[in-house]
Amino acid sequence: MSQPKLLISTLKLNLIIKRFALQLIEVHGDFSNSAIIGLQPRGIKLAKKLADVISEIQPTSMLKYGELDHTFFRDDIGRGEIFMPKKSSINFSTENLNIILIDDVLYTGRSVRASIDALMSFGRPKQVELMVLVDRRFQRELPISPNYVGVVVDSRSTGEHVKVEWSDEVQQVWLLSNKE
Amino acid sequence: MTAQPPIKHLLGIKGLNASHIQTIFETADNFKTLLNGPVKKTPALRDITIANLFFENSTRTRVSFELAEKRLGADVINFSSSSSSVKKGETLIDTVNNILSMKVDMVVMRHPAPGACMFLAKHIDAQIVNAGDGTHEHPTQALLDAFSIREQFGDVTGKKVVIVGDILHSRVALSNIYCLQLLGAEVMVCGPATLIPKHIANLGVKVSHNLDEALKWCDVANMLRIQLERQDQRYFPSLKEYSNLYGLTMEKLNQLNKEICVMHPGPINRGVEISSDVADSDQSIILQQVENGVAIRMAVLFLLGQQRL
Repeated sequence: MSQPKLLISTLKLNLIIKRFALQLIEVHGDFSNSAIIGLQPRGIKLAKKLADVISEIQPTSMLKYGELDHTFFRDDIGRGEIFMPKKSSINFSTENLNIILIDDVLYTGRSVRASIDALMSFGRPKQVELMVLVDRRFQRELPISPNYVGVVVDSRSTGEHVKVEWSDEVQQVWLLSNKE
Repeated sequence: MTAQPPIKHLLGIKGLNASHIQTIFETADNFKTLLNGPVKKTPALRDITIANLFFENSTRTRVSFELAEKRLGADVINFSSSSSSVKKGETLIDTVNNILSMKVDMVVMRHPAPGACMFLAKHIDAQIVNAGDGTHEHPTQALLDAFSIREQFGDVTGKKVVIVGDILHSRVALSNIYCLQLLGAEVMVCGPATLIPKHIANLGVKVSHNLDEALKWCDVANMLRIQLERQDQRYFPSLKEYSNLYGLTMEKLNQLNKEICVMHPGPINRGVEISSDVADSDQSIILQQVENGVAIRMAVLFLLGQQRL
């Protein structure tokens, strides 16, 4: 792949987030027993935006919002790369809650595995779901599957990566060659 | 510990800079969150073996390191000189090399000789964490003390900290001075002239021999134990006299027109350097220090443990 490919434009991203919000309201109702948790570092912006949209659509919802870092639970610590933990902030009990984990890109599934372990250190949720903006479904190394997906990327190439641009003005998702 | 050259060992605060310490604190914040949750373990160091070599008595530090190691999922070997071949005349390097030949990745060592950890780091491959070497340094204690001050005040910068007592024989004092100064705190040492090293002012600390004056000046008072086991001569007439002049009592605290934070690295000699009512008062954060010790040691071991390849 030589040219960068725009996977999600700003307009499409807003539509996806609105769809995500409606899907979650449909499944989780007023969120009295549910919480959304953004995964550090790149799932946070999506999770925050989603929480805002849910509150706009359904002002009465009792949505709980948290942020989770999985660094201490990674399976590749001590194998060359140095990892610095980010902040986990879950100011509610996750015991018996329905948790929706939110990340930008689902690739090998290893981060999500680590995140589930990190989540379990806060308590025993009733159910855990996974929501991702981009699912690179042919790159999985663990049996992990998302419940809510923005777009699916079927590229089998390992020489490509997905880049999420998320500034105040522009929110776009690109598929790029690893050289770019 | 990423932006600058990675640190292989933690031999003392002297080898660190402010950025290293901030990284350790931020990592410890995350471990504290974990430790306050229902599941206190992570598998982060599951494929690491750590040997705790204690050639000197220790309760708090040894237990704290062991707990930190186990909560990180490491395999742990405990060794104390009183029940080992050291008693039969084995040298330090031979003892450690024998332990390392059993595939140990990291060594946490306390030793009565200043510089023992540095010596070991030069001669063996494993990573070394100094858990106190003679009268030299006790870096993790200084880190947990500064971390506790940061937790109490939000920041260490600009805080005035007085270290009171046996500065001459204290590794805690030296590491605290280095650490607090790196973080921008002002440091004073206070004690009888015989227990203050002659040229300590060269380190940029204030020196006082009057506890009341020091207390008026400070935001934090870190009370040190009189280390009778290291004193080869009499440095003051009697414990009673020392206690009258340099012991922290509620009466002395009540004379101040402000609340200061009281710390102690332990073990406490109640009624000598600190009275029981002060040690158990709301101004004392002694038990918070112990709690923070586990998070700080987890952070140090985690950060070093990533760099073993």
